[in-house]
Amino acid sequence: MKALDRKLWRELWAMRMQAAAIALVIVSGIGIFIMSLSTLHSLYQTRETFYRDNHFAQVFASVKRAPLSVLQRLEAIAGVDQVETRVVAYVNLQIEGFSDPVSGHLLSLPDNSPGRLNRVYLRQGRLPEPGRDSEVLVSYEFARAQGLEPGDSLGATINGRSKRLTVVGLVLSPEYIYQIAPGAVFPDYRHYGVLWMARKPLASAYDMDGAFNNVALTLTEGSNEQDVIDRLDNILDRYGGNGAFAREDQISHRFLSEELKQQRTIATLFPVIFFGVAAFLLNVVISRLISLEREQIASLKAFGYSNVAIGLHYGKLVLMIVGVGIVGGIGAGIWMGRGLSNMYMDFYSLPYMIFVLKPWVIVAAAVISMLVAILGTLHALRKAARLPPAQAMRPEPPALYRTTLVERLGLQRRFSQPTRMILRQIERRPLKSLLTTLGIALSCGVIMISGFQKGSIDYMVKVQFGMSQREDLIANFTEPTSLRALYSLRSMQGVERVEGVRNVAVRLQFEHRSRRTAIQGIAADAELTRLLDTRLQRVTLPPDGIILNDYLAQLLQVRPGDRLSIQVLEGSRPRVQVTVAGTVRQYLGMNAYMQREALNRLLGEGHAISGALMQVDSRYQGDIHNELRQMPRVAGVVEQRAAISSFYDTVAETIVFFAFISTLLGGCIAFGVVYNSMRIALSERNRELASLRVLGFERSEVAYILLGELGLLTLVAIPLGMAIGYGLCLYMASQFNSDLYRVPPVLDVRVYALAAAVIIVSALISAVMIWRNLARLDMVAVLKTRE
Amino acid sequence: MSPQSQQRHSPLEPGVVFHVHGVTKVYQMGEVSVHALRGVDLDLYNGEFAVLLGASGSGKSTLLNILGGLDTPTDGHVFYGERDLTRADEGELTEYRRYHVGFVFQFYNLIPSLTARENVAVVTEIARSPMSPEKALQMVELGQRLDHFPAQLSGGEQQRVAIARAIAKNPDVLLCDEPTGALDSKTGIVVLEALQRVNEELGTTTVVITHNAGIAQMANRVIQLADGRITDVRANASRLPPRELTW
Repeated sequence: MKALDRKLWRELWAMRMQAAAIALVIVSGIGIFIMSLSTLHSLYQTRETFYRDNHFAQVFASVKRAPLSVLQRLEAIAGVDQVETRVVAYVNLQIEGFSDPVSGHLLSLPDNSPGRLNRVYLRQGRLPEPGRDSEVLVSYEFARAQGLEPGDSLGATINGRSKRLTVVGLVLSPEYIYQIAPGAVFPDYRHYGVLWMARKPLASAYDMDGAFNNVALTLTEGSNEQDVIDRLDNILDRYGGNGAFAREDQISHRFLSEELKQQRTIATLFPVIFFGVAAFLLNVVISRLISLEREQIASLKAFGYSNVAIGLHYGKLVLMIVGVGIVGGIGAGIWMGRGLSNMYMDFYSLPYMIFVLKPWVIVAAAVISMLVAILGTLHALRKAARLPPAQAMRPEPPALYRTTLVERLGLQRRFSQPTRMILRQIERRPLKSLLTTLGIALSCGVIMISGFQKGSIDYMVKVQFGMSQREDLIANFTEPTSLRALYSLRSMQGVERVEGVRNVAVRLQFEHRSRRTAIQGIAADAELTRLLDTRLQRVTLPPDGIILNDYLAQLLQVRPGDRLSIQVLEGSRPRVQVTVAGTVRQYLGMNAYMQREALNRLLGEGHAISGALMQVDSRYQGDIHNELRQMPRVAGVVEQRAAISSFYDTVAETIVFFAFISTLLGGCIAFGVVYNSMRIALSERNRELASLRVLGFERSEVAYILLGELGLLTLVAIPLGMAIGYGLCLYMASQFNSDLYRVPPVLDVRVYALAAAVIIVSALISAVMIWRNLARLDMVAVLKTRE
Repeated sequence: MSPQSQQRHSPLEPGVVFHVHGVTKVYQMGEVSVHALRGVDLDLYNGEFAVLLGASGSGKSTLLNILGGLDTPTDGHVFYGERDLTRADEGELTEYRRYHVGFVFQFYNLIPSLTARENVAVVTEIARSPMSPEKALQMVELGQRLDHFPAQLSGGEQQRVAIARAIAKNPDVLLCDEPTGALDSKTGIVVLEALQRVNEELGTTTVVITHNAGIAQMANRVIQLADGRITDVRANASRLPPRELTW
């Protein structure tokens, strides 16, 4: 090994603590990068494989009732590969020892075959045997939440008729990776489940002998999806078709895609922060090393080492530190990636997890960190390379200080000498002061991300369900009904208010942009659905025209006054034009609203409603729910609030875990930046501070000069960090936005307080460590040796 | 190097290693301009042991740095043989220092993280036909302390490692900046003996700068500097061996 390389190794060993601190930051950055991306790729790959292995359909449609003879016509559509008809029933379930209302979907299984499409994956138990009409398969998540095992039984109300079912197997399905009740926003495994049973008994219980009410199909390669959907709609129309939709609009697929998108945001945002901090720390440490080795550099140059050789020498040191970070980061990333992928496998109830680690991810991680490190230290390396040897032989001239701005403004009498030293030090090195402040501020921002998720969900729930959607229950009818249906609902015990609503599936189009959604027709004086503007003030629904929520309006790029084209997806499927009357603020879904009577007119029908919103006395809510579900005309009951609280139980642990991790990471960055800055400042000003001690200054007075500077920068960094944190949350929120929900960037005051507290504690810990170093300041030795 | 300048300034006398002509140097220390050299003319000869004598601030270190290609003059010319160092670029100066010059500094400037042997190896690894680090260290009588780190060596030993490091590449000239400045007289003598032995055994042109008039008695020639000018040049009729020097 060359002598110069030996110097490198020994110096690296001597500065191992600082190097380790920097390497750790790089390990975190690369670790999160690789973890997020490998998890993302694994999830995509696993989902893809699961979809393929289990023949997940590409187009879905439901109808009221179509004879099986229609199947041939569907198979004949150009571009269609395979078709499978099904019977799907919305059922009420009774589980022993669980009094809450539980609902579910019961899907037909093809007779004597695993079926062509949307095949289930048997996780435990067996498939139902032919002829045993009461045997069912139960979705794994639901079974786990309810403690159901093969052999257990449960009660079901199918089409008003009670039936006893026996669980024979627990399954996973590509169609229900994200298992969510219709109309719900969050999965609720205890109150909603999916079950499969043989077609024959289900069809006869549901009046579907020789018929189907649901169809799924796959396409041949190269076929036009939209064409197939249009042809399908044409055929199914007369059987009460609800509008066919593609896989992108399939709810489980959609939710999963949104989660994957969020994973991608995490994969980019966090590494950027960590790499930035690593670059800053490397800059500080290498700059100091180079200025300490001024004379060594000069000697090497005197011996004939070229500028390039000197630059490379220190460059190697940087790369060695980064190299350790890269190796550690790759290891940590793979380890965490495997762990997180398995966590997701469990969370999404995937049958298996194919761990994917693309080589480019590793290469990108290594190259990016190398580049960042070189970029961060380029200035210092160039300075070392260009240091004129003769000048380096002489001691450094006294650093150039000037009176600070505040002093020039005539305020100097207010400051003591030590305070002036602090201010002049900050003003002399504005860039360094700025970067230190920025480093601390970034850590403050990272900590704030931790508190953001919970605050946002709380706010979203408060606005959406506390102010806008004020109903306790929604009863959806099997088909549009007369307003009279509301009377019977009002007469139930405990019901406080009932409002009819007409929901209709539509495709809204403006210019070339279109979206599939539903229009909700509500009464002009509706109390249970309140439309709110951006300041959360109530908006009244005009007699004509349509009101869109802000997200939908933005997607279609429409403004009040624009004419929107509406393709109704049920009944006679009319296509009409309506004027946009305004927009409202909403955090869930893509909703459009009209006055119910105007919508009825548009559909060419009388005073019809398709569902009822109900406000009830909470003491009677369970009874009312059960009673509603006994009514044959009620297709389903949605209870959003129960779903939300159950969702909170599910994710609370995850949120706490991630909050803890990002607080820890933020604290580490804060500590790393503050401690490193203080260490460097101590090293730079060793002689100066020792001289002051010789002159009779006390340790606390000397400490004030050193720590006062960083204290001041930390105090400046906290409000800046809060602004950065807010910005980061704003960015994350914007990245998390989707058709399904928007995350309002809401930060509780406690989030700010926590971030500030973590920063201050990190700074105090650093200060205590430096305080102990100051005690070891050897006055005699420091003054004897040459700098 | 343009032919014109060579015609005008190139040394005519045989045996001249350095030809210094009208050299001035002004540099900035913070906000202060320092006139270190104010028009220096000087020739140095092959194989001679010259002492540049002057008080602190007389400009002797600046002159030595310019001779060694560490610094360039503000005005004037310095020839090393046929080569005009004042017209050389960064790369040429590096090459010049690498193959022709050996430096010894007042504060040794050893690399603290390398052993004595490795400190010498730093130079021999990039030289053209160096002696082995072990041999160089034996010449300064440090053959027994090869694997000691600078912190484990006395001041005199450190300076001898520095000399070994300077001579290991077999340089044409050895430039020493106050080599005994940080040493007591007894240790200083050991260091000077090492320098004299190198000068005699290898025939290396040696320039030593010092503010210590006592050392001047071991030189072939003594060049006196004051306030950036040469005030006196004299040849010693008889040289004293280092152990007889007093200061």
